[in-house]
Amino acid sequence: MSFSWAKPYEPKNSFTRWIDDRLPLPRLVYGAIGGGYPVPRNLNYFWNFGVLAGLFLTIQIITGIVLAMWYFSSVDGAFNSVEHIMRDVNAGWLIRYAHMNGASFFFIVTYIHIFRGLYYGSYKAPRELVWMLGLVIYLLMMATAFMGYVLPWGQMSYWGAQVITGFFSAFPLIGEPMRVWLLGGYAPDQAALTRFFSLHYLLPFVIAAVTILHIWALHIPGSNNPTGVDVKDERDTLPFHPFYTAKDGWFAGLVLLVYALVTFFAPNYLGHPDNYIPANPLATPAHIVPEWYFWPFYAILRAFTVDFILPAKLWGVLAMFFSILLLFFLPWLDKSPVRSGSYRPVFKRFFWLLVADVILLGWAGGSEATPIVVAVSQIASAYYFLHFLVILPIVSALEKPLPLPNSISASVLHGEAEEAAPIGQTKRRGGSVATATAE
Amino acid sequence: MATKAQSAEVTETTRPEGDGPDGYRRRDFLNVAAVSFAGVGAVAALAPMLVQMGPPADVLALASTEVDISKIQPGQGIKVSWRKQPVFVRNLTPKEIAEANAVPMSDLRDPQSLAERTKPGKQNWLITLGVCTHLGCVPLGIGEGENRGPYGGYFCPCHGSAYDTAARIRTGPAPLNLTVPEYEFTGPNTVQIG
Amino acid sequence: MRFILGFIGAVFALVLTISLINGVATYFSTPPEHTATEEFYKHPKHLALASDGPFGKFDNQQLQRGFQVYSEVCAACHGLNLVSFRDLEHIGYNEAEVKKIAADWKTQVPSINPDTGEAAGRKALPSDRFPSPFPNETAARAANNNALPPDLSLITKARHDGAAYTYSLLTGYQKQPAELVKKFPDAKTPQGLHYNPYFPNLNIAMPPPITSDGQVTYEDGTKATVDQMSKDVSAFLVWAAEPKLAARHASGLSVAIFLLFATILGYLAYQNVWAEAKRKVRVTGALDPENQAKTSRAKAKQGITG
Repeated sequence: MSFSWAKPYEPKNSFTRWIDDRLPLPRLVYGAIGGGYPVPRNLNYFWNFGVLAGLFLTIQIITGIVLAMWYFSSVDGAFNSVEHIMRDVNAGWLIRYAHMNGASFFFIVTYIHIFRGLYYGSYKAPRELVWMLGLVIYLLMMATAFMGYVLPWGQMSYWGAQVITGFFSAFPLIGEPMRVWLLGGYAPDQAALTRFFSLHYLLPFVIAAVTILHIWALHIPGSNNPTGVDVKDERDTLPFHPFYTAKDGWFAGLVLLVYALVTFFAPNYLGHPDNYIPANPLATPAHIVPEWYFWPFYAILRAFTVDFILPAKLWGVLAMFFSILLLFFLPWLDKSPVRSGSYRPVFKRFFWLLVADVILLGWAGGSEATPIVVAVSQIASAYYFLHFLVILPIVSALEKPLPLPNSISASVLHGEAEEAAPIGQTKRRGGSVATATAE
Repeated sequence: MATKAQSAEVTETTRPEGDGPDGYRRRDFLNVAAVSFAGVGAVAALAPMLVQMGPPADVLALASTEVDISKIQPGQGIKVSWRKQPVFVRNLTPKEIAEANAVPMSDLRDPQSLAERTKPGKQNWLITLGVCTHLGCVPLGIGEGENRGPYGGYFCPCHGSAYDTAARIRTGPAPLNLTVPEYEFTGPNTVQIG
Repeated sequence: MRFILGFIGAVFALVLTISLINGVATYFSTPPEHTATEEFYKHPKHLALASDGPFGKFDNQQLQRGFQVYSEVCAACHGLNLVSFRDLEHIGYNEAEVKKIAADWKTQVPSINPDTGEAAGRKALPSDRFPSPFPNETAARAANNNALPPDLSLITKARHDGAAYTYSLLTGYQKQPAELVKKFPDAKTPQGLHYNPYFPNLNIAMPPPITSDGQVTYEDGTKATVDQMSKDVSAFLVWAAEPKLAARHASGLSVAIFLLFATILGYLAYQNVWAEAKRKVRVTGALDPENQAKTSRAKAKQGITG
């Protein structure tokens, strides 16, 4: 940690001293999430969602490992093995529903976590790598979720696999061979199912490893905060334990309550009935849709309907991949020195427009592709690309941000301390004014 | 403008001490209560994960098997599957019954009489698990022409355990007689095992 | 680099605009056809069942009646292959009754002749699953005019608003409206199919299975109208799709109460921990006119200018 006032770890008894002398693991934990990690004191509840994502990853891993004890990855037996879990395995229905809805909740908290990052400029220097590692986690999550959905081998499982692997054939020359290689055959069949099971079991542990890197990269500069102003001294921070362990703890209880209500009382609400029909390679469902957390990307994919130099299908695939890829460039697209959207009135308006746009894309992706829905996805997709690639660079270069508080504790203390200084100029504490104050 | 007075006003507290020893303990209690509740919840959440490992309803349903014994002649036996394990159902001849009853208990590693191993009035029906009590091989002797070993019962080729006509261990490394499962005669020609 | 990215964004936006214009033009030049399905398809009627809602429980009496309808009417063509006979003990039948139901079941379980080894059937045991009425899909289609009667084990979960759907379907058979035939002559019900507005395609291969009151004589004496039988069998199918529903609701209630309590305790502990740490934030910055006035007054007092 780079904060000089961080409390160093002190083993409290001879047992912990014995461990610490041989393996500094308690010291590491203390410095990462214990009393030895200073965190800005002004974090709001949007900062809870990272921990919640970790919680849902844990829930998914535990329920998943248990499900794997009963799941049978054969094309003839997979569907029945899941139903066996639901009907005959002790508490099997609970574990299956928990895993199914855990995936949805994992995505819900992750999306809120991402949008927090977008609003408060958490992707800006010096946290660019934290942001990019986060995107890697997101990509791994999407791959894991996709493969997991195929495993029950229902109609949507099969046809979703057909569609998603079909993307690859859009690429000229190498596309179709790549698709056949991925599937181990010409259509999703036994080979695809077993390898998806193998990879679905593996990837969450890769996610866990990248998450550790993500947190490690974060802990070098420390957390961002709602003002976007850097931590200056001790008065700006509080130790993670007990302040943020308490805050994370109670809020996790609330989120778990919502999760439990969905899992126990509406477990199939976020899913699709067609996946309760065993897969039939000879009959396509009326409307193939992925799970809700993929809907915005599905809308972008379907928005490209004309051939223009490249075939429409290829445009769709390229746009879909690029819609996530461009996020890697965000720290360089938005170069405003001001981090937080709270102090960037123009940026703020476009941010909310983006949120509405993504929600609209989600609605369009989950709906049947009627002309109106397609038109909406076209406009919304266009806005999405323009937002990040054209609007943000221009806004960040031209806008006049609000004056920032001099420090976090200044903003916390409700203006009793320093007045705000113009960007780049701060007053020395207790000393004379270096430059004119902003009136 | 920053003043020393301002700095003094920021009461930075890393651990709220409360109003003194009593206040501290009172505050601590709430925290301890909350953490304990969470702990109980976590353990309770783990319970289904462990419970699910037990046998599911369909395996429990197959815990009993009915066997038709009408076609087994004296001197013959059949091998059936019960709980995915082999069971030997043998119809003993009077000679085999006499042989079994003639053995003194002191000769037996695991002393049991034939009467103890069969149902009253049905001493000729010997129903035992077909699993050697040494390390679990399936002994020979139930099928026609199979090696019945030196004692005319069953013989395990893996390490040489030999069982007599009442399926009791006589020689070899096995410590116990072939297990007699729970069974009952549910009709003149049917036995329910398990 | 920003220019390259900006250019890519502009290209995507351009292609999208072309697609949009193309789409709008197509919509107006060749307006999409109004189909018979769009106009005449009906959403399922409302069906109230004991299992509805967060506190729903099964009504075993109704489930038994529904099972009777299933076994006497539906089982001839529709399998229930994910349900075991022993599961019937959960809807109120005792062990002996279940054994009899299994042994008397019209379709036998595929097995082999123990003497010759030839394929043969055997009587079902409680541990068996319900055997399918047809040995395979080909046989099923051959017997049903090339239509495949779906297995009913999950039907209420495999259709949107499943129980209401099955109920509406069973009570929804009617004569094809003359209006439809006039407007959409191509959509006239083909030979061998039956008009039913609750079926997504409007024309279903299954002939009306429940045609008259009293088709089944209920053991508990309830009057067996078409409506009643359809309701009962729908309720039974909800159970068949999810036998653990009642357990789920019951444990859900306990879990929710526990979590509510734990959250409240947690919140109080959180307030307790933070009691003395100042943390309120003014997100809009310190340049608040109120404070500006305060600072300028303070400065004036101290004689600081500028």
